[in-house]
Amino acid sequence: MNSSIALSVEDLSFSYGGKKALTQVNFKIKPGECTVLLGPNGAGKSTLFSLITRLYDTRDGRIELCGFDIKRQTLLALAKLGVVFQQTTLDMDLSVMQNLRYHTSLHGMGRKQAEQRIQQELERLNMYDRRFEKVRQLNGGHRRRVEIARALLHKPSVLVLDEPTVGLDVPSRLSIVEYVHQLAVEENLAVLWASHLIDEIYPGDHLIVLHKGQVKANGTVDDVLNITNTPTIKDAFYSLTQGEQ
Amino acid sequence: MRLLHYWRAMWGIIWRELWRFVTQRERFISALVRPLVWLFVFAAGFRAALGLAITPPYETYILYEVYITPGLIGMIQLFNGMQSSLSMVYDREMGSMRILMVCPLPRWFLLLSKLMAGTGVSILQAYVFLAIAWFYDIQAPWQGYLWILPALLLSGLMLGALGLLLSSFIKQLENFAGVMNFVIFPMFFMSTALYPLWKIKESSALLYNLAQYNPFSQAVEMIRFALYGQFNSMAFIYTLVAFVVFMAAAIIGYNPSKGMMTRKGGA
Repeated sequence: MNSSIALSVEDLSFSYGGKKALTQVNFKIKPGECTVLLGPNGAGKSTLFSLITRLYDTRDGRIELCGFDIKRQTLLALAKLGVVFQQTTLDMDLSVMQNLRYHTSLHGMGRKQAEQRIQQELERLNMYDRRFEKVRQLNGGHRRRVEIARALLHKPSVLVLDEPTVGLDVPSRLSIVEYVHQLAVEENLAVLWASHLIDEIYPGDHLIVLHKGQVKANGTVDDVLNITNTPTIKDAFYSLTQGEQ
Repeated sequence: MRLLHYWRAMWGIIWRELWRFVTQRERFISALVRPLVWLFVFAAGFRAALGLAITPPYETYILYEVYITPGLIGMIQLFNGMQSSLSMVYDREMGSMRILMVCPLPRWFLLLSKLMAGTGVSILQAYVFLAIAWFYDIQAPWQGYLWILPALLLSGLMLGALGLLLSSFIKQLENFAGVMNFVIFPMFFMSTALYPLWKIKESSALLYNLAQYNPFSQAVEMIRFALYGQFNSMAFIYTLVAFVVFMAAAIIGYNPSKGMMTRKGGA
């Protein structure tokens, strides 16, 4: 496998019983690139995330993270992965610090290294002063920031985010979108961002349009506009998904 | 290095569980109130109704309160095992289970760590209960309080593994009430926790057989003997085998390629 590919999905199909959720999905993501996985609700985005994170088993097709097969080299592959799930996965009754320490222990980090990494990531998000607050006391935007900080503590090569801005107000949403785009460049991180919101796409992003479990378009924003012969991403998205959002 | 990773992860999981338990005061108190009500109210009322013969490990006539104390410790662990499985279902619904499942450690190890954490909590509860019972004049030889520790560890693991197995089958939190009716109560009442086997035999041969082969009975007997400094090999082996079987089934249940998780669409 090409070492410049951080995440590779090949011929991936998945069904729930007899119902097809994904059909022959193929794409690759490079380091330093932010890839937006755009699709209406029910397109198969969350199923794809569950397969990439090995919550579901890959039966048809292959997923590789930094060259490691998620099915056969699961632990090596997962060590390269940072995840932000759609639903919050923080423990509300623990403080920010306790939640992050729990994550560092799951990744086998020593106390000193853990404290250092927690400080770095929280400071970057202006959350370090709030480290002793219980998560329950934080608003939705701040919880999301903590989750992003947590996903980066073990220095993953690939960051996947499943609709991380759902339920957030506009300023929180914009700041998280900007921060993650910045991260991809500064940290040479491969980012896969699932969304159904068109305004979260930046002009330099890589775009994958998923609809009814199939990849309808895969390329740069310009590529997708050219293929669909449309002036805006919104039009391109409507044309590819036939107006369903 | 790898071993250190395993150790840190297990400790992290255990610490989180213990911290949650001690900070949730209501959970701590309610976990103790249940067996204490049985001890102070039920056992006191039953004392006169139930005559007990001298059976091992007891060397003399005992009060009914003394007899049911190991059974109530088993009850603490049974409820705690189910409580842990309830929290697994809750964590799965709320999503925090996903964070555990995507960390780079084998799933069997993560489940075992969860189990160890739950067992640690149940041992803590059992010792607090024994301390209260001691002041109520239910006193075992001091060595018994040491011997009971490995017994509590194994019985806690076995009952926790059963809870874990059940949690891999339970789709939603609401279904948990069924576990109470179909698992906890039958397991508790069809056991030697409240009455000795010979007493059950007098009433029903079927019930006697069910109680004898109930893994909870064996766990209770292991605890009972350990509390009096004795080793019940049959109960130990039975509990150990039950633990291995439940744990293996739970690991299969949580395996993404074989278990229930894919079919359920959750983790």
